[in-house]
Amino acid sequence: MTSNSTTRKSFLRLPDFSATQWGPGTVATLIAIFLLVVLILPVAKVIFVAFQEPSTGAFTINNFIDFFNASLFRESFINSFYVSAMSVVFATLIALPLAYFTTRFNFAGATLIQTFGIIPLIMPPFVGAVAMQLFFGENGSVNLLMDEWFGFTIPFMEGLNGVILVQSVHFFPFILINLSASLQNIDRSMEESALNLGSSGMRLFRRIVFPLSMPGYVAGASLVFLKVFDDLGTPLLLNVNNMLAPQAYLRISSVGISDPIGYVISVILVAFSLFSLWVSFLALKNKDYATTQKGGGGLLKRDLKKWEKVSCYSVILLILCFVMAPHAALFLLSIATVWSFSPLPDAYTLSHYTEVFDTAGDFISNTLLYAGLAGLIDVLLGTAIAYIVWRTGIWGRKALDFLAMGAVAIPGVVLGIGYLRMFYHMEVPFSDIPLASFWGIIVIALAVRRLPYALRACMAALAQVAVSLEEAAESLGATKTRTIRKIVIPLMSGGILAGFVTSFATAAVELSATIMLVSSEADAPLAYGIYVFMQSAAGRGPGAALGIIAVLIVGVGTYLSHRVIERSKRHRGES
Amino acid sequence: MSTQKNCKGIKIENVGLKFGKTEVLKGVNLEIQPGEFFAFLGPSGSGKSTLLRAIAGFGPTPSGNILIGDQEVTHLPPWKRNVGMVFQSYALWPHMTVRKNIAFGLEERKIPKDQVQQRVDEALELVDLLPLAERRPSELSGGQQQRIALARTVVVEPQVLLLDEPLSNLDANLRVQMRRDILSLQRKLGLTTIFVTHDQEEANTTADRMAVLSEGVIQQIGKPMDLYDSPNNRFVAAFLGSANILDGEIKISDSKPVFISNQGLELSIQHQATGNGSLVFRPQNTRILHNDANQNDMILNGKVIYREFLGSLVRYGVDVKGHLMAVDELHSIGGKHIDEGAEISLGVAMDQTVIVYS
Repeated sequence: MTSNSTTRKSFLRLPDFSATQWGPGTVATLIAIFLLVVLILPVAKVIFVAFQEPSTGAFTINNFIDFFNASLFRESFINSFYVSAMSVVFATLIALPLAYFTTRFNFAGATLIQTFGIIPLIMPPFVGAVAMQLFFGENGSVNLLMDEWFGFTIPFMEGLNGVILVQSVHFFPFILINLSASLQNIDRSMEESALNLGSSGMRLFRRIVFPLSMPGYVAGASLVFLKVFDDLGTPLLLNVNNMLAPQAYLRISSVGISDPIGYVISVILVAFSLFSLWVSFLALKNKDYATTQKGGGGLLKRDLKKWEKVSCYSVILLILCFVMAPHAALFLLSIATVWSFSPLPDAYTLSHYTEVFDTAGDFISNTLLYAGLAGLIDVLLGTAIAYIVWRTGIWGRKALDFLAMGAVAIPGVVLGIGYLRMFYHMEVPFSDIPLASFWGIIVIALAVRRLPYALRACMAALAQVAVSLEEAAESLGATKTRTIRKIVIPLMSGGILAGFVTSFATAAVELSATIMLVSSEADAPLAYGIYVFMQSAAGRGPGAALGIIAVLIVGVGTYLSHRVIERSKRHRGES
Repeated sequence: MSTQKNCKGIKIENVGLKFGKTEVLKGVNLEIQPGEFFAFLGPSGSGKSTLLRAIAGFGPTPSGNILIGDQEVTHLPPWKRNVGMVFQSYALWPHMTVRKNIAFGLEERKIPKDQVQQRVDEALELVDLLPLAERRPSELSGGQQQRIALARTVVVEPQVLLLDEPLSNLDANLRVQMRRDILSLQRKLGLTTIFVTHDQEEANTTADRMAVLSEGVIQQIGKPMDLYDSPNNRFVAAFLGSANILDGEIKISDSKPVFISNQGLELSIQHQATGNGSLVFRPQNTRILHNDANQNDMILNGKVIYREFLGSLVRYGVDVKGHLMAVDELHSIGGKHIDEGAEISLGVAMDQTVIVYS
């Protein structure tokens, strides 16, 4: 940060927008136009087409009537709903003991358990879906052993069951994180007051602990519902096609982009997304239940008795086995020569990895390029929007924030269909390639999908920067632009990095929008590669190897950024 | 560091400011002399910080004029005002060392590097913290951070120095030491200084003159002792120190002025005034009489309601016809005290009373 007159001249010189709001106003307008073109218009187009007579273009609700008249679509609708609801139930069964035991009892390894509980998030469910079949499928390790020992099997992975199992194992962390946060935010004085006033045991739990932790639970549960309802990759890979998202994909990819059913399904997906978000919003609205005060938060902790310890640890161990199963199975699959009709692979090999590096190097480099660019776009937009919202008085700044967050409610399939429809007839400048099949459009789709994550990270980072730190710089002679560069950005850097990594990591394994937009395998990223490989029995090994590589990219990236952020925090004495 | 030869006065002309529909400053007029140590004193929400920030160029642009020296600065952005401001939170940048923090303003002014180094060292010596130059702000104590914030501000030789509640984050002992240090620094540099505080002791001990603010209006301007002894209005009388305040009316009876309180207490007074007003006198100027009334004493009869031992003082609460009066007596070892419930007489020398109007 050494700066003198010479570096200043040569370095970034932004126009001085201090006296007027011209500078931030222009930036805000440009961002708004960008979001309008890449988010609002494509989605509006999808909704519009859903209500259009395909041949004449007249307004109609016949498409919806057709949809509900077809038994396949009615079944898909019910299945999607059933799978989402059951996933919430099973995710709760996994998350609840983990959250409660670790916050309620003095527990060796509580932090470790909480960390383990979050690991599934770094791998999207579709990656582990096929591998899970090898553990839990009809002829998977577990059922083979059970048949041998007890003489019966359990259809874990049969049809919808498989989707529910895979989804709940992957998405329960949303409930775990929210519920644990709620429980940790309950000040022990809340419980102590109740004890003091004569309440205890189950009554205390029912009247105090449960209501105080409810908002966090509902927020997490509605997020799980939304994720499962929108997910395309998992049902596709498990070959469960009678659900909404796969139907939308199949209609568009096999019948064509003029088939109205894909659009009708899109509208239904968006409606359910909005509904889940609304439920989560209602749950948290006016319920800032963070009651922690100075001097020790969290529930009253107590030691476990011996038999309690044994049963607690067994429950947690069982759950963690489940949770780690997709990763373990994927890893085994990636180093297995042949693995079928046996609890474990016949022999081990590294040939899948060499094959992947020989033939599928493009997938990896494409992923790094796309996810890197998307992350970069996201933090640039996120930083700019955060500054506009927190630090300027520009008209409509709240709307801009809302617009950028809007992508949360748009399932990837819907965005993909919207892009196909809108950009198909546009061409990349100076060429005759349709814009919809240009690889850049995948980058844009990924950036739009992950913008909310990066934006939240940037917002949080800027909220940590006290305004007086900027005012001090201004009163010492630094203009707004110089203050942003020398004070605001350096102080936000940790949050910006966190935002980049979140965007990058989740974009690297995104499938639902990507699968719609990939036009040639040469342009495809990792996630698409995994999907293609996993289609054939012979491709499972290399597919699993690619999956492991994806997990490593995401995991290492997350770990490194965590280290960098921790180090810079320590450097500033914040932690 | 050279002392300021060209320090500037500040002129505030009819300054008003609104946050939405709330008026936080209403027609403020004020002139601060070059080199003066001036305090803004007032309760929270009185507008004192808003006025200070308006001088520094923060917050919405006010109506009216703000002049520093002869220069109109009302519409200038903060970085063009050359006004030094020390923030309540110190606002030291956590990502820079102490040296970088102090050098910042000089770098913005494009001062050559060797001079920056030298002036930063001088500023650090001025606040006795040269050995801490390479530390980070988070490694310093509150008092040290405060002095670094001061050094960072004065190193650029601002035209005026603004201090926004600079002592409120320090513990009591350090506060006394720090206010002396600030005052001696100000005298050394001869900087025109405005000090915002809600603590009257801070204002009294440091300020040459002060302005008492309430509800966006300057209630009174003057030397601390003058304000205490001759408050302009009921607010100033009540806000500065403890006061016994009787609300009522002044009438002339038998060609002599008489104060009649709202509770019907009648007192003959010396002030030549009439109309509604309040009679003010201080607890330490109120004596418990032991048959030793003076000729020009106002006499009040009442009953002791409470007794509080405050260390150097014993304070009695005395009910006089429904008015609760505070009376202070110096405490000494073996001093005799009056018990609660006792009927006593109080004497107040008439020249120790003031009439104020609301």
